Amino acid sequence: MRKSILHCRLTRALRLPGAWTCAWACCWVYGWSVALSPASAEVPEHAQVSPTVGGFVAFDKPGDDGRAIVLRWSGVESGSQVLLSRTLGDEERAAVIREQRIAAAANALAANASREVAEQAAADAERAMESDLELGWKFIGVASGPEGAVGYEVTDLPTADKGFRFRAQASRDGVRSTAVETLEPIVTERSALFASRLPLMVGIAALSFLIGWSVWRACRVRIPQLRKIPALNAIDEAVGRATEMGRSVLFVPGIQDMTDIQTVAGLTVLSRVARTTAEYDATLEVPTTRSLVMTAARETVQAAHFAVHRPESFRPDLINYVTDEQFGYVAYVAGKMVREKPAACFYMGAFYAESLLFAETGNAVGAIQISGTAEPSQLPFFVAACDYTLIGEEFFAASAYLSGEPAQLGSIRGQDLGKALVAVCIVVGTLLATIGAFAPEGSAASAASWLVDALG
Amino acid sequence: MLKRTIPLCITGIAGAVLIVAYFSPATTNWGEVVTDWMNTLAAVAFILGGGNLLFVNLEKISSRRPGWAYAAVTLLAFVVTLAFGVLKIGAIPNPQFPATPWAGDFESVRAPFGWVYEYVLSPLTATMFAMLAFYVASAAFRAFRAKNIEAILLLGTAFVILLGRTAAATILTGWIPVDGPFAVLRLDTLAVNIMQYVSTAGTRAVMMGIALGIAATSLRLILGLDRSYLVSE
Repeated sequence: MRKSILHCRLTRALRLPGAWTCAWACCWVYGWSVALSPASAEVPEHAQVSPTVGGFVAFDKPGDDGRAIVLRWSGVESGSQVLLSRTLGDEERAAVIREQRIAAAANALAANASREVAEQAAADAERAMESDLELGWKFIGVASGPEGAVGYEVTDLPTADKGFRFRAQASRDGVRSTAVETLEPIVTERSALFASRLPLMVGIAALSFLIGWSVWRACRVRIPQLRKIPALNAIDEAVGRATEMGRSVLFVPGIQDMTDIQTVAGLTVLSRVARTTAEYDATLEVPTTRSLVMTAARETVQAAHFAVHRPESFRPDLINYVTDEQFGYVAYVAGKMVREKPAACFYMGAFYAESLLFAETGNAVGAIQISGTAEPSQLPFFVAACDYTLIGEEFFAASAYLSGEPAQLGSIRGQDLGKALVAVCIVVGTLLATIGAFAPEGSAASAASWLVDALG
Repeated sequence: MLKRTIPLCITGIAGAVLIVAYFSPATTNWGEVVTDWMNTLAAVAFILGGGNLLFVNLEKISSRRPGWAYAAVTLLAFVVTLAFGVLKIGAIPNPQFPATPWAGDFESVRAPFGWVYEYVLSPLTATMFAMLAFYVASAAFRAFRAKNIEAILLLGTAFVILLGRTAAATILTGWIPVDGPFAVLRLDTLAVNIMQYVSTAGTRAVMMGIALGIAATSLRLILGLDRSYLVSE
C-alpha cells in the first residue's frame, strides 16, 4: 500500500520538468518518516487486510441523453468506500491546457524574457500538455453502502470525443487499495428517447387520444353534461353582491409566474370574473406578484371588457404589480383588504403559506370568498376559511365549465376517461400486489413488480 | 387576426417543443432555448413591473388618495434599496481590486444593501409569517364547530391528531402496551395511522385528479381550444 502511494507521488513528480531532484528527496524523506512513525507499528487489526476493487467495468447507460456512464465492480467488502475519478472532458482539458499556457508565458515574462520567447514558452507548454494523454483526473464521487458498494452512475458528463476512462480505489479506515482503471475509453451515445420516460409518454399519448376523441365526439355527436360546480355558479352572486354594496372585487392570481399552469388556470377564471364585473360595472382589482402575470392579467381583463362591448370601463391601473416578495405581497393585499373592505375576494392560482392569511383577512372583513388551487397542502385552509373552494381538478375544469363550448366540455370528459384508466391501473396493481404477497415467486408478483417499475 | 392567431401559434409551438424536448434527448436544447426566451421575457417584464410600481404609487401620492402615505413609504423603500443595490453604495472594498469601488461585496451585512435585507426585510417577512399561527387558531376554531355529522367527524379526527402529536398522547394512553392487541388505540399510533393511511390516500386521490387536470388544461391551451386569455376579435 505504502509502495503504491510513493509510486504514485513519484510518477506525478516525474512529469514536472526540473523537479527530479526535489521529488526524489521528498519521497525519500516521506518514506522514512512514514516507516518510522509510531502509527505504523499500531495498525488496527481490522485494517490489516487491504481493501480491494475487482472486476471494474464501465459502460454507457442506455436510453439517456449521452451524459451518463454506469460503473460496476465487485469484491468490495462492507465498510469500504470506493473513490472514483475520471479523465477530463474536452472543455475541461482545454481549460487546463490554457491555464498551463498562460502560466508558462507569465513565468517567461516574469524572468524578463521577450514577447517572442514568452509566446514560444506558451506554445511549448501547450504541445507538452496536448501530448500528455493522462492529463488530469477529476474526482467524481465516493460510493458506499451497508453491504459494500457495487456500482455508481456518473451523470452530467461533459462532452469528450475520445471518451472517458475511469479509476476506482477502495478505502477503509484510511487504508487505500491500488487504483484500478478501465481498459478502454468509454464513449457515450445519445438515444432517440429517454427510456425512463417512455411509460409517461405512453400515458400522455393515451390521455391525449382520449381527450381528442372526446372533443371530436362532443363537437359531432353529443355535448357532455357536467355536474354543477357551486363555486363557479357563485361568481355572478359574488360580483352582484359587490355591485349592490358599492364595493370592489378583489382577484388574487396566486404568487407564481406564468410558467405555473395554476396561474394560467387562474387567469382563465379571471376572464369570466372580469366579464361579469364589466357587465355589472363593478370595480375589479388585481394585485400581482409577477410582472408577466400583471401583463397577462391586463390582456385578459381588457379582452373581457371588449367582449361585453364596454372597452371604456377598462382601467389598467387597477391591475398592478406589487412585489415578488411573498410576505411583502401579503402585507400589501391584507392591508388593502382591511382598508377598502372588498365585497368579494377571489383566490385562484398557486398559493403557499399566504393562503390562510388572505382567506382569514377576507373572512374578517366580511367578503364573500371563492378560492381555487391545486396545492393539496393549502386546500384545507381555503376550505376552512372561504365560502366556496375549487378543489384540485375542479380548478382546472373551471375554464371549460364557464365557457360552455362543446370542445372544451369534451376535453373534461376525456379527462374523466383518463381518470377511469388510472383507476383501472390502481385496481389491477392492487390485485397483482395482493396476490404477489401470497405467492412471491409467481407471475402476479413479477407483473406487479413490472408495473411498479413502469409507473415509478 | 394578429392578436389571436399569432399568440395561439406561439403557445402551440412553445408547448409542443417543450413536450418533445422532455422525451427526446436530441431536442433537449430546444426546451432550454424556449426557457431562455421565457427568462428574457420575464427580465424585460420586470422593468415593466418596476415602472408600474412607480407610476401607481406616484399617481396615488399626487392625487392624495386614501393611503397615499403608504405609497410614499413604498416608493422611498424602493428607490433607496434600488440605489444601494445598483450603485453598490457602501459596498465592502474588494482586497484584490481596492481601487475599483464597484468590485466590492454589496450583499454583505456590513454593506447597506445587505444590512437592509438582513435587518429590515427579513424581520418584516418573519413577522408576517408569524401571524399565521393566530390565523390558524381562528380558522380552526371556526372550522371545528360541531354543526353537523361531517363537522363532528372533522373535529374528532383533529382532536386525535392534536393529542397524538403532543405529550398528552403518552399521558392519556401511554399505559396501553405497545406490542399488545390494543396498541392501535394508543393516541400516538392512532395519529400516525390517520396521517399515513387515511390522509395520504385522500391526498393521493386529489393529486391524481390534479395531474390529469394539468395535462388536460395544457392540451387545451396548446391545441388552442381554450382562448379565454386572448383578446376577442
